[in-house]
Amino acid sequence: MKVKMAISYPTVGASGRTGDWRVFRPVINQKLCIHCYNCYVFCPEGTISPELGVDYEYCKGCGICANECPSKAIRMVKEE
Amino acid sequence: MVLVFVMSADKFKDRHGFWTNTIAREEYILKGNSSCPGCTAMIALRHIFKAAGPDTFVLVGACCAVVCEGVYPNTCMALPTLDTAFACTAAMASGVRAAVTDRGINVIAIAGDGGTVDIGIQALSGAIERNTDFLYVCYDNEAYGNTGMQRSGSTPFGASTTTTPFGKKEDKKDIAAIVGAHNIPYMATACPSYPMDLERKVKRALSIEGPKFLHVLTPCPPGWRISADKGVEVGRLAVRSCSFFLYEMENRELFMSKPSIDAMKNPIPLRDYLSVQGRFSRMSEEDMKLAQEKVNANIAYYREVCGI
Repeated sequence: MKVKMAISYPTVGASGRTGDWRVFRPVINQKLCIHCYNCYVFCPEGTISPELGVDYEYCKGCGICANECPSKAIRMVKEE
Repeated sequence: MVLVFVMSADKFKDRHGFWTNTIAREEYILKGNSSCPGCTAMIALRHIFKAAGPDTFVLVGACCAVVCEGVYPNTCMALPTLDTAFACTAAMASGVRAAVTDRGINVIAIAGDGGTVDIGIQALSGAIERNTDFLYVCYDNEAYGNTGMQRSGSTPFGASTTTTPFGKKEDKKDIAAIVGAHNIPYMATACPSYPMDLERKVKRALSIEGPKFLHVLTPCPPGWRISADKGVEVGRLAVRSCSFFLYEMENRELFMSKPSIDAMKNPIPLRDYLSVQGRFSRMSEEDMKLAQEKVNANIAYYREVCGI
Protein backbone atom coordinates (compact mmCIF):
# COMPACT_ATOMS: atom_id res chain seq x y z
CA MET A 1 0.00 0.00 0.00
CA LYS A 2 1.34 3.40 -0.90
CA VAL A 3 0.69 6.12 1.67
CA LYS A 4 0.72 9.74 0.64
CA MET A 5 2.55 11.90 3.18
CA ALA A 6 3.38 15.59 3.27
CA ILE A 7 7.14 15.53 3.74
CA SER A 8 9.21 18.69 4.12
CA TYR A 9 12.94 18.67 3.51
CA PRO A 10 15.57 20.54 5.55
CA THR A 11 16.54 23.77 3.83
CA VAL A 12 18.53 26.79 4.90
CA GLY A 13 16.09 29.67 4.70
CA ALA A 14 12.87 27.68 5.04
CA SER A 15 10.99 30.95 5.60
CA GLY A 16 12.85 33.03 3.06
CA ARG A 17 15.65 35.49 3.62
CA THR A 18 14.99 36.43 7.23
CA GLY A 19 17.76 39.04 7.10
CA ASP A 20 15.21 41.34 5.47
CA TRP A 21 13.41 41.63 8.85
CA ARG A 22 16.38 43.35 10.40
CA VAL A 23 16.35 46.98 11.54
CA PHE A 24 19.72 47.01 13.33
CA ARG A 25 22.72 45.00 12.17
CA PRO A 26 25.33 43.61 14.62
CA VAL A 27 28.91 44.64 13.87
CA ILE A 28 31.72 42.82 15.71
CA ASN A 29 34.82 44.80 16.63
CA GLN A 30 37.56 42.14 16.52
CA LYS A 31 39.99 44.36 18.50
CA LEU A 32 37.75 44.40 21.59
CA CYS A 33 36.68 40.74 21.28
CA ILE A 34 37.87 38.49 24.13
CA HIS A 35 36.70 35.25 22.44
CA CYS A 36 34.25 34.15 25.11
CA TYR A 37 31.79 32.93 22.40
CA ASN A 38 28.77 34.29 24.28
CA CYS A 39 27.39 35.67 20.99
CA TYR A 40 27.78 32.26 19.31
CA VAL A 41 26.14 30.46 22.24
CA PHE A 42 23.20 32.82 22.70
CA CYS A 43 22.36 33.50 19.02
CA PRO A 44 18.83 32.08 18.55
CA GLU A 45 19.41 31.53 14.83
CA GLY A 46 22.96 30.20 14.81
CA THR A 47 23.96 32.93 12.37
CA ILE A 48 27.16 33.77 14.27
CA SER A 49 29.81 31.17 13.48
CA PRO A 50 32.54 30.09 15.95
CA GLU A 51 34.94 32.10 13.76
CA LEU A 52 32.81 35.13 14.75
CA GLY A 53 31.49 35.98 11.33
CA VAL A 54 27.84 37.04 11.07
CA ASP A 55 25.62 35.65 8.28
CA TYR A 56 23.77 38.85 7.39
CA GLU A 57 21.50 37.02 4.98
CA TYR A 58 19.64 35.32 7.85
CA CYS A 59 20.46 37.43 10.95
CA LYS A 60 17.16 38.87 12.22
CA GLY A 61 18.90 41.60 14.20
CA CYS A 62 17.47 40.77 17.62
CA GLY A 63 20.49 42.21 19.43
CA ILE A 64 20.95 39.42 22.00
CA CYS A 65 24.64 39.17 20.97
CA ALA A 66 25.24 42.88 21.66
CA ASN A 67 23.38 42.65 24.98
CA GLU A 68 25.28 39.58 26.18
CA CYS A 69 28.76 40.68 25.03
CA PRO A 70 30.86 41.21 28.21
CA SER A 71 33.41 43.49 26.50
CA LYS A 72 30.83 45.46 24.44
CA ALA A 73 32.60 44.46 21.22
CA ILE A 74 29.30 44.19 19.30
CA ARG A 75 27.52 47.35 18.21
CA MET A 76 24.04 47.52 16.67
CA VAL A 77 24.18 49.78 13.61
CA LYS A 78 21.01 50.98 11.87
CA GLU A 79 20.38 49.53 8.41
CA GLU A 80 20.16 51.98 5.53
CA MET B 1 31.50 15.58 15.95
CA VAL B 2 33.41 18.87 16.11
CA LEU B 3 33.43 20.58 19.49
CA VAL B 4 33.70 24.29 20.20
CA PHE B 5 35.40 25.41 23.40
CA VAL B 6 33.28 28.07 25.09
CA MET B 7 34.84 30.30 27.73
CA SER B 8 32.36 32.10 29.92
CA ALA B 9 28.72 31.53 28.93
CA ASP B 10 27.92 30.24 32.42
CA LYS B 11 30.93 28.94 34.22
CA PHE B 12 30.42 26.54 37.12
CA LYS B 13 31.07 22.97 38.11
CA ASP B 14 28.19 20.51 38.04
CA ARG B 15 27.38 18.40 41.07
CA HIS B 16 29.80 15.70 39.98
CA GLY B 17 32.62 18.28 39.86
CA PHE B 18 32.97 18.55 36.07
CA TRP B 19 33.35 21.77 34.11
CA THR B 20 31.09 21.90 31.12
CA ASN B 21 32.52 24.22 28.48
CA THR B 22 32.38 22.47 25.12
CA ILE B 23 29.43 22.36 22.73
CA ALA B 24 28.90 20.57 19.44
CA ARG B 25 29.45 22.63 16.32
CA GLU B 26 26.70 21.00 14.27
CA GLU B 27 23.47 22.96 13.91
CA TYR B 28 20.24 20.96 13.78
CA ILE B 29 17.98 23.99 13.47
CA LEU B 30 18.96 25.66 10.21
CA LYS B 31 19.13 29.40 9.63
CA GLY B 32 16.20 31.27 8.18
CA ASN B 33 13.38 29.75 10.22
CA SER B 34 10.27 31.77 11.01
CA SER B 35 10.76 32.32 14.75
CA CYS B 36 10.39 35.88 16.06
CA PRO B 37 13.64 37.85 16.45
CA GLY B 38 15.12 37.12 19.88
CA CYS B 39 13.13 33.92 20.49
CA THR B 40 14.75 32.22 23.50
CA ALA B 41 12.88 28.97 22.78
CA MET B 42 15.05 28.65 19.67
CA ILE B 43 18.19 29.03 21.84
CA ALA B 44 16.87 26.27 24.08
CA LEU B 45 16.00 23.91 21.18
CA ARG B 46 19.32 24.62 19.47
CA HIS B 47 21.25 23.53 22.57
CA ILE B 48 18.96 20.56 23.26
CA PHE B 49 19.59 19.15 19.76
CA LYS B 50 23.32 19.95 19.94
CA ALA B 51 23.49 17.94 23.17
CA ALA B 52 21.33 15.11 21.78
CA GLY B 53 23.33 14.67 18.57
CA PRO B 54 22.34 13.38 15.14
CA ASP B 55 20.76 10.06 16.24
CA THR B 56 17.56 11.68 17.40
CA PHE B 57 13.93 11.41 16.46
CA VAL B 58 11.96 14.55 17.24
CA LEU B 59 8.24 14.91 17.79
CA VAL B 60 6.91 18.44 17.81
CA GLY B 61 3.49 19.07 19.25
CA ALA B 62 1.35 22.00 18.18
CA CYS B 63 3.29 24.92 19.60
CA CYS B 64 5.47 27.80 18.45
CA ALA B 65 8.20 25.39 17.32
CA VAL B 66 5.94 23.81 14.70
CA VAL B 67 5.38 27.25 13.16
CA CYS B 68 9.09 28.09 13.38
CA GLU B 69 9.89 25.07 11.20
CA GLY B 70 8.85 27.03 8.14
CA VAL B 71 6.51 26.56 5.22
CA TYR B 72 5.88 23.27 3.36
CA PRO B 73 7.82 21.81 1.45
CA ASN B 74 10.77 23.25 3.42
CA THR B 75 11.66 22.83 7.07
CA CYS B 76 14.43 24.16 9.28
CA MET B 77 14.73 20.90 11.25
CA ALA B 78 17.75 18.86 10.15
CA LEU B 79 16.56 15.84 12.18
CA PRO B 80 13.72 13.40 11.44
CA THR B 81 10.68 15.23 12.76
CA LEU B 82 7.03 14.34 13.16
CA ASP B 83 4.54 17.12 13.76
CA THR B 84 1.71 16.02 16.02
CA ALA B 85 -1.60 17.34 17.25
CA PHE B 86 -1.93 19.26 20.50
CA ALA B 87 -3.17 16.52 22.80
CA CYS B 88 -1.07 13.56 21.69
CA THR B 89 2.62 14.50 21.62
CA ALA B 90 3.63 12.09 24.39
CA ALA B 91 1.30 9.37 23.11
CA MET B 92 2.94 9.53 19.68
CA ALA B 93 6.36 9.41 21.34
CA SER B 94 5.23 6.10 22.89
CA GLY B 95 4.29 4.86 19.41
CA VAL B 96 7.61 5.94 17.90
CA ARG B 97 9.50 4.27 20.74
CA ALA B 98 7.57 1.07 20.10
CA ALA B 99 8.83 1.17 16.49
CA VAL B 100 12.37 2.39 17.26
CA THR B 101 13.56 -0.04 19.91
CA ASP B 102 17.27 0.79 19.49
CA ARG B 103 18.55 2.45 22.69
CA GLY B 104 21.11 4.41 20.64
CA ILE B 105 18.37 6.50 19.05
CA ASN B 106 16.92 9.22 21.26
CA VAL B 107 13.24 10.07 21.07
CA ILE B 108 12.61 13.68 22.07
CA ALA B 109 9.09 15.11 22.31
CA ILE B 110 8.80 18.88 22.30
CA ALA B 111 5.73 20.82 23.31
CA GLY B 112 4.93 24.25 24.60
CA ASP B 113 3.35 25.02 27.93
CA GLY B 114 -0.20 24.85 26.52
CA GLY B 115 0.49 21.44 24.98
CA THR B 116 1.93 20.18 28.26
CA VAL B 117 0.21 21.88 31.17
CA ASP B 118 -3.33 22.17 29.79
CA ILE B 119 -4.07 20.04 26.74
CA GLY B 120 -1.36 17.37 26.62
CA ILE B 121 -1.17 16.53 30.32
CA GLN B 122 -3.15 13.28 30.06
CA ALA B 123 -0.95 11.97 27.22
CA LEU B 124 2.19 12.93 29.15
CA SER B 125 0.93 11.27 32.32
CA GLY B 126 0.02 8.15 30.37
CA ALA B 127 3.37 7.93 28.59
CA ILE B 128 5.27 8.26 31.87
CA GLU B 129 3.04 5.61 33.45
CA ARG B 130 3.74 3.24 30.51
CA ASN B 131 7.47 3.76 31.20
CA THR B 132 8.21 4.93 27.64
CA ASP B 133 11.91 5.55 27.06
CA PHE B 134 11.84 9.15 25.85
CA LEU B 135 12.67 12.73 26.79
CA TYR B 136 9.80 15.18 27.03
CA VAL B 137 10.77 18.83 26.74
CA CYS B 138 8.24 21.45 27.80
CA TYR B 139 9.38 24.93 26.85
CA ASP B 140 7.39 27.34 28.87
CA ASN B 141 6.67 30.84 27.56
CA GLU B 142 3.80 31.14 30.04
CA ALA B 143 0.97 31.63 27.50
CA TYR B 144 -0.36 30.32 24.17
CA GLY B 145 2.23 32.32 22.22
CA ASN B 146 1.49 30.96 18.76
CA THR B 147 -2.20 31.97 18.71
CA GLY B 148 -1.68 35.43 20.20
CA MET B 149 -0.76 35.15 23.89
CA GLN B 150 -3.91 33.79 25.47
CA ARG B 151 -3.79 32.75 29.12
CA SER B 152 -2.65 29.20 29.84
CA GLY B 153 -2.41 27.15 33.03
CA SER B 154 1.22 28.17 33.18
CA THR B 155 0.67 31.94 33.14
CA PRO B 156 1.91 33.40 36.45
CA PHE B 157 -0.14 35.41 38.91
CA GLY B 158 -0.69 39.02 37.82
CA ALA B 159 0.38 38.67 34.18
CA SER B 160 -1.86 40.38 31.66
CA THR B 161 -2.54 38.42 28.47
CA THR B 162 -5.08 38.98 25.70
CA THR B 163 -7.69 36.96 27.62
CA THR B 164 -6.76 38.32 31.07
CA PRO B 165 -6.26 42.02 30.28
CA PHE B 166 -6.26 43.09 33.96
CA GLY B 167 -3.90 40.39 35.19
CA LYS B 168 -4.42 36.71 35.91
CA LYS B 169 -5.92 36.04 39.33
CA GLU B 170 -4.79 32.43 39.68
CA ASP B 171 -1.38 30.91 40.32
CA LYS B 172 0.91 29.14 37.89
CA LYS B 173 0.54 25.37 37.74
CA ASP B 174 3.71 23.66 39.00
CA ILE B 175 4.12 21.15 36.16
CA ALA B 176 7.54 20.02 37.40
CA ALA B 177 6.03 18.96 40.74
CA ILE B 178 3.12 17.20 38.98
CA VAL B 179 5.54 15.21 36.80
CA GLY B 180 7.84 14.61 39.78
CA ALA B 181 4.93 12.96 41.58
CA HIS B 182 4.92 10.20 38.91
CA ASN B 183 8.16 8.85 40.45
CA ILE B 184 9.99 9.61 37.21
CA PRO B 185 13.66 8.44 36.85
CA TYR B 186 14.94 11.87 35.82
CA MET B 187 13.41 15.31 35.77
CA ALA B 188 15.02 18.73 35.52
CA THR B 189 14.22 22.39 35.05
CA ALA B 190 16.44 24.62 32.94
CA CYS B 191 16.65 28.03 31.33
CA PRO B 192 18.41 29.02 28.06
CA SER B 193 20.11 31.86 29.96
CA TYR B 194 22.30 29.07 31.40
CA PRO B 195 22.98 27.08 28.19
CA MET B 196 25.79 24.89 29.52
CA ASP B 197 23.58 23.83 32.42
CA LEU B 198 20.80 23.03 29.93
CA GLU B 199 23.10 20.92 27.71
CA ARG B 200 24.46 19.02 30.68
CA LYS B 201 20.95 18.20 31.87
CA VAL B 202 19.93 16.96 28.40
CA LYS B 203 23.03 14.73 28.19
CA ARG B 204 22.37 13.36 31.67
CA ALA B 205 18.70 12.73 30.82
CA LEU B 206 19.48 10.87 27.59
CA SER B 207 21.94 8.57 29.39
CA ILE B 208 19.13 7.25 31.61
CA GLU B 209 16.58 4.68 30.47
CA GLY B 210 12.91 5.41 31.01
CA PRO B 211 10.75 8.52 30.83
CA LYS B 212 12.54 11.84 31.35
CA PHE B 213 11.12 15.32 31.66
CA LEU B 214 12.70 18.72 31.12
CA HIS B 215 10.93 21.98 31.96
CA VAL B 216 12.56 24.98 30.25
CA LEU B 217 11.58 28.57 30.97
CA THR B 218 11.82 30.55 27.71
CA PRO B 219 11.09 34.28 27.90
CA CYS B 220 8.99 35.39 24.90
CA PRO B 221 9.84 38.97 23.81
CA PRO B 222 6.53 39.84 22.08
CA GLY B 223 4.35 38.08 24.65
CA TRP B 224 6.13 39.28 27.77
CA ARG B 225 6.44 42.74 26.20
CA ILE B 226 10.19 43.06 26.49
CA SER B 227 12.53 44.20 23.73
CA ALA B 228 14.00 41.46 21.52
CA ASP B 229 17.53 41.74 22.96
CA LYS B 230 16.43 41.30 26.61
CA GLY B 231 15.14 37.70 26.47
CA VAL B 232 18.26 36.06 27.91
CA GLU B 233 18.66 38.76 30.55
CA VAL B 234 15.07 38.37 31.76
CA GLY B 235 15.56 34.59 32.04
CA ARG B 236 18.54 35.27 34.26
CA LEU B 237 16.47 37.66 36.40
CA ALA B 238 13.79 34.96 36.78
CA VAL B 239 16.38 32.60 38.27
CA ARG B 240 18.02 35.28 40.43
CA SER B 241 14.71 36.42 41.90
CA CYS B 242 13.83 32.76 42.66
CA SER B 243 10.55 32.90 40.75
CA PHE B 244 11.99 29.98 38.74
CA PHE B 245 14.22 27.31 40.29
CA LEU B 246 16.83 25.29 38.43
CA TYR B 247 17.03 21.80 39.84
CA GLU B 248 17.16 18.17 38.82
CA MET B 249 15.39 15.27 40.42
CA GLU B 250 16.73 11.73 40.19
CA ASN B 251 14.69 8.96 41.82
CA ARG B 252 12.87 11.45 44.05
CA GLU B 253 16.08 13.07 45.27
CA LEU B 254 16.23 16.78 44.52
CA PHE B 255 19.52 18.48 43.59
CA MET B 256 19.45 22.26 43.29
CA SER B 257 21.67 23.64 40.47
CA LYS B 258 24.43 26.14 41.13
CA PRO B 259 22.72 29.32 39.81
CA SER B 260 19.68 28.68 41.99
CA ILE B 261 21.76 27.88 45.09
CA ASP B 262 23.50 31.26 44.66
CA ALA B 263 20.14 32.95 44.07
CA MET B 264 18.53 31.40 47.16
CA LYS B 265 21.30 32.71 49.40
CA ASN B 266 20.71 36.28 48.29
CA PRO B 267 17.64 36.65 46.04
CA ILE B 268 17.02 39.94 44.24
CA PRO B 269 13.57 41.50 44.89
CA LEU B 270 10.81 40.11 42.67
CA ARG B 271 10.01 43.69 41.61
CA ASP B 272 13.29 43.83 39.63
CA TYR B 273 12.11 40.85 37.56
CA LEU B 274 8.50 41.97 37.09
CA SER B 275 9.10 45.67 36.38
CA VAL B 276 11.14 45.01 33.21
CA GLN B 277 8.20 43.16 31.63
CA GLY B 278 5.29 45.03 30.07
CA ARG B 279 2.80 42.29 30.93
CA PHE B 280 3.10 43.11 34.67
CA SER B 281 2.77 46.88 34.19
CA ARG B 282 -0.84 46.90 35.47
CA MET B 283 -0.04 44.92 38.61
CA SER B 284 -1.07 46.72 41.81
CA GLU B 285 1.17 47.21 44.88
CA GLU B 286 -0.82 44.66 46.93
CA ASP B 287 -0.52 42.05 44.19
CA MET B 288 3.22 42.69 43.98
CA LYS B 289 3.53 42.09 47.74
CA LEU B 290 1.39 38.95 47.49
CA ALA B 291 3.59 37.59 44.67
CA GLN B 292 6.73 38.31 46.70
CA GLU B 293 5.23 36.43 49.67
CA LYS B 294 4.53 33.43 47.42
CA VAL B 295 8.13 33.46 46.19
CA ASN B 296 9.40 33.65 49.78
CA ALA B 297 7.26 30.64 50.69
CA ASN B 298 8.75 28.73 47.72
CA ILE B 299 12.30 29.62 48.80
CA ALA B 300 11.53 28.39 52.32
CA TYR B 301 10.09 25.15 50.91
CA TYR B 302 13.12 24.40 48.71
CA ARG B 303 15.53 25.37 51.52
CA GLU B 304 13.89 22.72 53.66
CA VAL B 305 13.92 20.09 50.87
CA CYS B 306 17.58 20.55 49.86
CA GLY B 307 18.92 21.68 53.23
CA ILE B 308 20.57 24.88 51.97
